[in-house]
Amino acid sequence: MKVVLLGATKGIGRAVARALAEGEHQLVLLGRNAEDLQRSAVDLEQRSAGKCRVATAHCDLEQPEGFHAALESADQTLARFDTVIVTAALFAAQDRLENDTELARRLLTVNFANTVAFCELARKRLIENGGGTLCVVSSVAGERGRKPVVLYGAGKAGLSAYLEGLDHKFFAQGLRVVTVKPGFVKTSMTSGLKPPPFAGEPEQVARDVLNAIQRGTPVVYTPRIWALVMLVIRWLPRFVMRKIGF
Amino acid sequence: MSDEPALSGWGRTFRPGTEQRSEDLSRITRRAELTRGLGRSYGDASLPVEADSRLAGSALADRVLAFDPETGLLRAEAGLSLAEIIRIFLPRGFFMPVTPGTKHVTLGGAVASDVHGKNHHVAGTLGRFVRSLLLHLADERVVRCSPLEEPELFFATLGGMGLTGHILEVELELERVPSPYIYQESFRFTQLAEFLGALKSAGKTWPFTVGWIDTVARGSALGRGILYCGRWATASEAPARPPRAPTVLPMPFALPSGLLNRFTIGAFNELIYRAHYKLHKQLVVDANSFFYPLDKVARWNLAYGSRGVTQHQSVIPEEAGAEGIRSLIEVLSQTGACSFLTVIKDCGAEGQGTLSFPKPGMSMALDIPIDHRTQQVIDMLNERVIACGGRVYLAKDGFTRPEHFRAMEPRLETFLANKRKWDPEGKLRSAQSVRLFGDKP
Repeated sequence: MKVVLLGATKGIGRAVARALAEGEHQLVLLGRNAEDLQRSAVDLEQRSAGKCRVATAHCDLEQPEGFHAALESADQTLARFDTVIVTAALFAAQDRLENDTELARRLLTVNFANTVAFCELARKRLIENGGGTLCVVSSVAGERGRKPVVLYGAGKAGLSAYLEGLDHKFFAQGLRVVTVKPGFVKTSMTSGLKPPPFAGEPEQVARDVLNAIQRGTPVVYTPRIWALVMLVIRWLPRFVMRKIGF
Repeated sequence: MSDEPALSGWGRTFRPGTEQRSEDLSRITRRAELTRGLGRSYGDASLPVEADSRLAGSALADRVLAFDPETGLLRAEAGLSLAEIIRIFLPRGFFMPVTPGTKHVTLGGAVASDVHGKNHHVAGTLGRFVRSLLLHLADERVVRCSPLEEPELFFATLGGMGLTGHILEVELELERVPSPYIYQESFRFTQLAEFLGALKSAGKTWPFTVGWIDTVARGSALGRGILYCGRWATASEAPARPPRAPTVLPMPFALPSGLLNRFTIGAFNELIYRAHYKLHKQLVVDANSFFYPLDKVARWNLAYGSRGVTQHQSVIPEEAGAEGIRSLIEVLSQTGACSFLTVIKDCGAEGQGTLSFPKPGMSMALDIPIDHRTQQVIDMLNERVIACGGRVYLAKDGFTRPEHFRAMEPRLETFLANKRKWDPEGKLRSAQSVRLFGDKP
């Protein structure tokens, strides 16, 4: 595969990139810190024993004006990419977001509006290139309004809805949309939070993501148990949701 | 256990506190008191002094930064684990030049403990293969050190328990190996003296030696044991297929404390001894099984229950001989304490690290389930270690008294003087350094 990754230096993105590096793929890492990107590129090349070629290009989710150039550069490096994986996002705990409206606005802009803008450009390019996969990490936080993730979840709900629409509209044109909905995963993003039961490891999530891309699964809950957890949560009546802290 | 966040070493003695983990180790080590790796030291070496002490966790900073297949020189972020190094580089014909008995430690942690392995008698400690380190110092400077650049800082950091600066990057030489398999021979012995003699002479011909002894059996069976010797199998001896990825059994929950007692441990030892019914066995095993038998059970420390386990590992100098080892085993029978796994290893030259653990002689590691007598048992063991002129391994320790440690460790003053040069305000500290080195609580 010829893969563009946004957010591959950290967390789930790092694990997905490492899983890809075990096969013979070509990767372009997009991110905002050139030195950090370069360190990750070397790491991936070393892990793949030179099988996998890795390039980098600048892209910052907070600067939508740079999206076009970043994708253009990746498309040239890869001679037409066929897969785009977006794992980058901002995160902050609910109480911090409640006390800092500016931070909340920034988070929602990055996680929803800017991510959608990036996906729009990526989607167009994928279809031009003859079809391909757009895989985006959303979250189970977007499944239902919940107390601990009111603001973060709202952004992810919007993103999931957008991705579903994209799938319906462009499927016939060869676009495969994979929406990844991780539950609690032990990464730096969640470092400091107490892991709930069923907390997952990024390596496990990466395996699920790669499987979903290979099979073209439109929605994947990971670790798998979260599909069941969210099924229950979606069916809980409103008066119960008001009572519980989940 | 309460709901307060707490951390523990591998021995599962908890202290209140939290660690912050991030891929960006240089950011989270800013103003931090200590960096912790995978928490495999047994006692309090990786634990915070206070509940709100800033502790950085390095495990997510795990990128390979450079590797030269000609020389085997690897540069990596300090959180890269030995397990990952082996997974990535063993298929390419490289292995750790020195490895402890578990691969689930970070490079930074291995350097901070200046770990040794089954090849200590010939290879020395890991420090001998470390070419340079990148440290984040207490005054927030980031400094590269090596045997030539800032040598005092470099040697104080090898075995310095993370107290000289936060280790950000490690550059070390991997060893080229002929196959991913080990040719192993093992020998059964009925008596301690015989066993110790064989261990010493095996070191003359074998690069890897280690022994297990039975410290629970009574009478003449006390100290019976099995000696394991190994060397890398040549390409023609090794099976053609690559070894299977190691299967790991889970330990899903803590077993009741006290389940491992004199009787169950005695029965277990009997089983190990009897299973080796031939006097002499030879076989080819994959490297993971040879070096890391305990890694086959994930979280095996849960077998010791909620009270946990401590390990007393000491080195008894050559001069004290078999009598020194015997005097430690006597403490166990006198106090009624018992050691689940007792491992003996012969040691070569002293490491270059200022506080590096091994020195010429024999090292003995006792796994002791914690109960109300543990402090007394450790005190008695330490008195004998001091009498022999030996010392204990800080990576395992959670019970040694400061006066005992000072009596064992004449090098401590040199270390502390050196540490003060780089950390005059004593910002870097651990629960262990407060207990043993006199750091401010």
